[in-house]
Amino acid sequence: MTLSRDVAPAPVAADPGHGFTVVPARHPWRWVATAVVAVLVAMAINALVTNPAWDWPTVGQFLFAPSILRSVALTLQLTVLGIVVGFALGTVLAVMRMSANPLLRAVSWTYTWIFRSVPLILQLLFWYNLALLYRTIGFGIPFGPTFVEFGTMDLVSPVTAAVLGLALHQAAYAAEVVRAGFLAVDPGQLEAAAALGIPRLRQFLRIQLPQAMRTIVPTAGNELIGLVKGTSVVYIMALSELFYQVQVIYTRNGRVIPLLLVAAIWYLALTTVMSIAQFYVERHYARGTQRTLPPTPLQRLRAGLRRGAE
Amino acid sequence: MSTPMVELRGVHKSFGALDVLRGVDLTVRPGEVTVLLGPSGSGKSTLLRAINHLEKVDKGFVLVDGELMGYRRSGTRLHELPERHVLRRRTHIGFVFQSFNLFGHLTVLENVVEAPVSAQRRDRAEATAHARELLDRVGLSDKADEYPRRLSGGQQQRVAIARALALRPKLVLFDEPTSALDPELVGEVLDVMRDLARTGTTMVVVTHEIGFAREAADTVVFLDAGRIVEQGPPAQVLDSPREERTRAFLGAVRH
Repeated sequence: MTLSRDVAPAPVAADPGHGFTVVPARHPWRWVATAVVAVLVAMAINALVTNPAWDWPTVGQFLFAPSILRSVALTLQLTVLGIVVGFALGTVLAVMRMSANPLLRAVSWTYTWIFRSVPLILQLLFWYNLALLYRTIGFGIPFGPTFVEFGTMDLVSPVTAAVLGLALHQAAYAAEVVRAGFLAVDPGQLEAAAALGIPRLRQFLRIQLPQAMRTIVPTAGNELIGLVKGTSVVYIMALSELFYQVQVIYTRNGRVIPLLLVAAIWYLALTTVMSIAQFYVERHYARGTQRTLPPTPLQRLRAGLRRGAE
Repeated sequence: MSTPMVELRGVHKSFGALDVLRGVDLTVRPGEVTVLLGPSGSGKSTLLRAINHLEKVDKGFVLVDGELMGYRRSGTRLHELPERHVLRRRTHIGFVFQSFNLFGHLTVLENVVEAPVSAQRRDRAEATAHARELLDRVGLSDKADEYPRRLSGGQQQRVAIARALALRPKLVLFDEPTSALDPELVGEVLDVMRDLARTGTTMVVVTHEIGFAREAADTVVFLDAGRIVEQGPPAQVLDSPREERTRAFLGAVRH
């Protein structure tokens, strides 16, 4: 792959005026390193393919099994709800943290402090057992009469509890990610918007947010990928997401390794899709920041083919 | 006599223990070009920013076209206006920054069209046509779809001037518009400003360009240590200043 670039003959520049020929420098150690790494890669592939204990046929059998696909869907659902609710709440927390009102600042700080400090698994168990704390949940006037009341068990299903736990945990991190994004925007941008008399909400949506996104997206991508895997913690609530589901299957049929492999492959697939999406989102928000945008992999591939054809 | 475009009375401003403005009175008539000169730290930028209420004054008041900036008067009380009122007032006042502050994620045309559409609720097609006209006037009609970062400093500042003019302001404020530019790019920005001065736009300009002050200004105001030391027509202030501090400053700038 990269090897071909190293051995391809570098263009030899000749200066007709002086008759000099430029001879490219040789890199013998690059050859040695290439050989060593190539052997190691071959060994790794060999170990994966030839050892029957990996049990690839079983992996193939379960990879697209309906129960696995359903669990992947639940994992995806938990991730999407967790990140959307998490970042929505996180943005509110970030705005509160940057507010001039000391109470709003203090509440936001305290929230982040608590939800970043308590392990996720512990928070999930709290939400799961919410009914032990509060038997009913009512809606009405604060400290006044209650209009409707629900049993906690009916209102907070295990899935709701899981989404709540993941989203509230995520919000604490998202708040800091969003705040960092806004701090990175040049204050001159807001000053110019204020001098032009642009309304406050429009300043936020049109001037601040798009520029903050440049800083927010890479870290948010990290958080999203973290959350895909973080959903596996939810197995303690006996929700049949991916990790719980493979455990259920391997305790029944005893094929531990291939089923763990099935889960690993699906997590890899999900994060790959998200990484690709992140690349294009980042590229979108890079408008105007560089003189030319970096090429997409597709453009790079086409350019490579064109060069190869010449 | 017509209402002054800008009127400052007894304006004081301090940042912490630092008194930046210490009782400034200033009148700018419609159609006039006023140049503020003074050593760094003399308060000229703060004075300029006080005019459009980017800087809130501690004492005294600022009138633009006969209206109080940032406050509503009832009897002897000044009520602070909500931010949206201040923002609406600012759409009558253009402001050009030393560091341009163009919106980097928007194209040149989008930069110019943004405020007329969102702050003045003008029709987008009309605002776009007006923006193209203004870009043509500052000599950048071919750059409408570029992003600011691809332009030179001088071109960026000309876009910033077009952006300020897009609001059809009664008054344009310039805060050291050429100080961040390479020497060879200063001329193109000053040309645009001279043009503007000739068409009767009311301008208040903070600058170190003595040549521009001499040619384009109706009034030159010299500030030092938060006070106006002297003011008058350029020929008087620049060529035969009455005050020793003005003489010392002009001597230092020329050499």
